[in-house]
Amino acid sequence: MTDVIPDGLLKSWPWYVTGPLIGLFAPLLLVVGNRLFGVSSNLRHMCAPFASGIAYFRYDWRGLGGWNLAFALGILIGGGVAGIGFRNPEPVAIAAATRSALETLGVHSFSGLAPSDLFSWASLLTSRGLLLVVGGGFLVGFGTAYAGGCTSGHGISGIADLQPASFVALLGFFAGGIVGTFVLLPLILR
Amino acid sequence: MTTVTATETLDVTRPAHAPGIWIYLAVGVLFGIVITKGEVISWFRIQEMFRFQGFHMYGVFLTALPTAIVSVQWLKRSHARTIGGDPISIPPKPLGDGIRYGVGGVIFGLGWALTGACPGPLFALAGGGFPVMLVAILSAMAGTWTYGLLRAKLPH
Repeated sequence: MTDVIPDGLLKSWPWYVTGPLIGLFAPLLLVVGNRLFGVSSNLRHMCAPFASGIAYFRYDWRGLGGWNLAFALGILIGGGVAGIGFRNPEPVAIAAATRSALETLGVHSFSGLAPSDLFSWASLLTSRGLLLVVGGGFLVGFGTAYAGGCTSGHGISGIADLQPASFVALLGFFAGGIVGTFVLLPLILR
Repeated sequence: MTTVTATETLDVTRPAHAPGIWIYLAVGVLFGIVITKGEVISWFRIQEMFRFQGFHMYGVFLTALPTAIVSVQWLKRSHARTIGGDPISIPPKPLGDGIRYGVGGVIFGLGWALTGACPGPLFALAGGGFPVMLVAILSAMAGTWTYGLLRAKLPH
């Protein structure tokens, strides 16, 4: 299929195209239906039908979260359109220094958007794959719920609304990310 | 310690002229395409960012934020309405003593470095050739569930 698609549609987009487009989703959702751009609330909405014994999950998840669940399903479909249908055949053009640092940690697959030696069904059977996918996923879900938002809800929407809480959260995201990169990742990958 | 109500982090104002849910599905598809084509969902790009070795992700943030700030502030200050005619209002996130944002933010950041994906990218990756990320989403749900269980005992 990809043979008939012009190269220009397969290429990745530069930051100066991607960034402004991402920034427009906050005003777009407000104009469409007074919705606050964010994704992590979906983790709560997806628990809510099964966790009504816990006060945090006792709310009208269909009414409050229906739009957001549709949005998340759309993201999944959009990922398929761009990541499979219009898949970029070139590897992600990361800095040479990053590539060699990751090679030192034992990452060998550099094609595609994420290393297939870490993020595949087979890797779930290895301790490193399990810790990255299951351990990392758990931290993402716990942390975003505790912080009340993720890179979208705090990083874009909250900052766009100039909320001090979101500036604190964004600093936290980066502090955690740096510790995760330089402390946890070497422990897991070695 | 501030008390937290169940719906505090949710957008509780339901618009009177709510558009059909398919609109949000369509906007989600567009967002999924943008973050996938822009490589924002790439574990490699996230590593490059946290190692301060490339400009790509910083370029994305440094152009996304001014775009979002200017457009959202303009919507607020011009008292713009939705396409259905409802007023646009953004619920404030009470700062309190900020513990939940700092501590929760750091915990999320740790996970972001490991999975290379925040929640939006988890969905895009799951659909975009990395179905194993459905397991990461399930695990993230378990994390959110655990927060819900412990919420009353955690400092906010």
